[in-house]
Amino acid sequence: MEVRIKEQELELLLNGLLDVHGYDFTSYSKASLVRRINRLMSVDKFPSFAEFWFRIKSDTVYLKRFVEEITVNVTEMFRDPSFYSALRNNILPQLATRPFIRIWHAGCSTGEEVFSLAILLHEANLLNKSLLYATDLNPDVLEEAGKGIFGLGQMKQYSENYIESGGRQDFSSYYTAKYDKVKFKDMFRKRMIFSTHNLVSDSSFNEFQLILCRNVLIYFDKDLQQKVFKLFDASLERLGYLALGSKETLRFADIVKKYQQEGNEKIWKKIK
Amino acid sequence: MSDQLIIIGGSAGSLEVLLQILPRLREDLNIPVIIVLHRKATNDSLLSQLLSSKTTICVREAEEKDTIQKDCIYIAPADYHLLVEKDKTFSLDFSEKVNYSRPSIDVSFQSAADVYRSGLTAILLSGANADGTEGLKEVVALNGKAIIQHPDTAEVDFMPKAAISSGIAHTIMTPEEMIHFINGVGV
Repeated sequence: MEVRIKEQELELLLNGLLDVHGYDFTSYSKASLVRRINRLMSVDKFPSFAEFWFRIKSDTVYLKRFVEEITVNVTEMFRDPSFYSALRNNILPQLATRPFIRIWHAGCSTGEEVFSLAILLHEANLLNKSLLYATDLNPDVLEEAGKGIFGLGQMKQYSENYIESGGRQDFSSYYTAKYDKVKFKDMFRKRMIFSTHNLVSDSSFNEFQLILCRNVLIYFDKDLQQKVFKLFDASLERLGYLALGSKETLRFADIVKKYQQEGNEKIWKKIK
Repeated sequence: MSDQLIIIGGSAGSLEVLLQILPRLREDLNIPVIIVLHRKATNDSLLSQLLSSKTTICVREAEEKDTIQKDCIYIAPADYHLLVEKDKTFSLDFSEKVNYSRPSIDVSFQSAADVYRSGLTAILLSGANADGTEGLKEVVALNGKAIIQHPDTAEVDFMPKAAISSGIAHTIMTPEEMIHFINGVGV
């Protein structure tokens, strides 16, 4: 059987990562972490946990790989089209009345959702008075996100999602294709600010009208989820909106009393 | 005795088997059942509703952080991997597809085996890809039980045959035998 991390080894690894490198994964859901660690040990052919841990401790280049592989960076443009349709039809018209729109994408990964939202803002004529703050704990994915370059192979799927979300323009007019990549127009990138931010350890840094954090909280334990909800609450203006992933909920959060869900989508309005 | 869990994985042709099994499970089945089915990534709960209409046992889509209850049948949501934590709650994971599938049967089987060990029975049904075989290996390695649908009764026999030919210890059952087996667990 392949190398499998034991419970005590996981504890050693998580505490060690925090002590040695300052990365705090101690409040992450364990089952998913264990699966990804086992997978990484197997792919990189470590004969034992001891050797794996030694490499992480002593090799900063490998540490980067570890963080990138352990955190999930799977994302899509216009994922869950009905969610984007709700943003387009119900939320953006509300935000349109504000003089300036600040949006925070927490855990933005490689940026597909940030560009999706920028397209919606553009089509609602709001892009020029909006700023999209996109953050992730991993500087490497942010660098990718900032380029606005995505694989040509996915564009068919993204274009279908876009149309399903109510998009009426020619999706391909938003990018130029070269070889197997596409680059989205600079007008989108110009309204985005990319910065590292760790939801586990960093505090609020601005006040927003819309915060999106989709499919990030599913990797956190209950206590950390509560802590992050408080962080979002402290970063959200009254009458602002908080958007979560399709299987995430504010229902059990301490802050839920101050919020009201908007329709069937995972979007909550701060009412107090 | 350790806690028990039954986990069922299936792909093409497995829904029919479940529609056959569910109505005949005894009402007082006192063991949690998790169902992991390959299907399209659409975000709906049609499958839970359909299966729910076939039994009086509570059927619901597994939600993250839900504690696994003994009197419930849980359905893995579309487009997420479903994992089990040591404290017997669910986690969801939106990472890469495994065997072109999300939810992946391997992922759920392995994760459930890690927690329930000898208390786990994993059942692999009809399907057209090899998802589930790696998971069954882990189940058996941790002293759980592997049951595979008889290929002759499977609408698509690729998945059961892949698991059988992998050489793991297993029992082959027809859907009829599965019904009797599940109703007998924990009695």
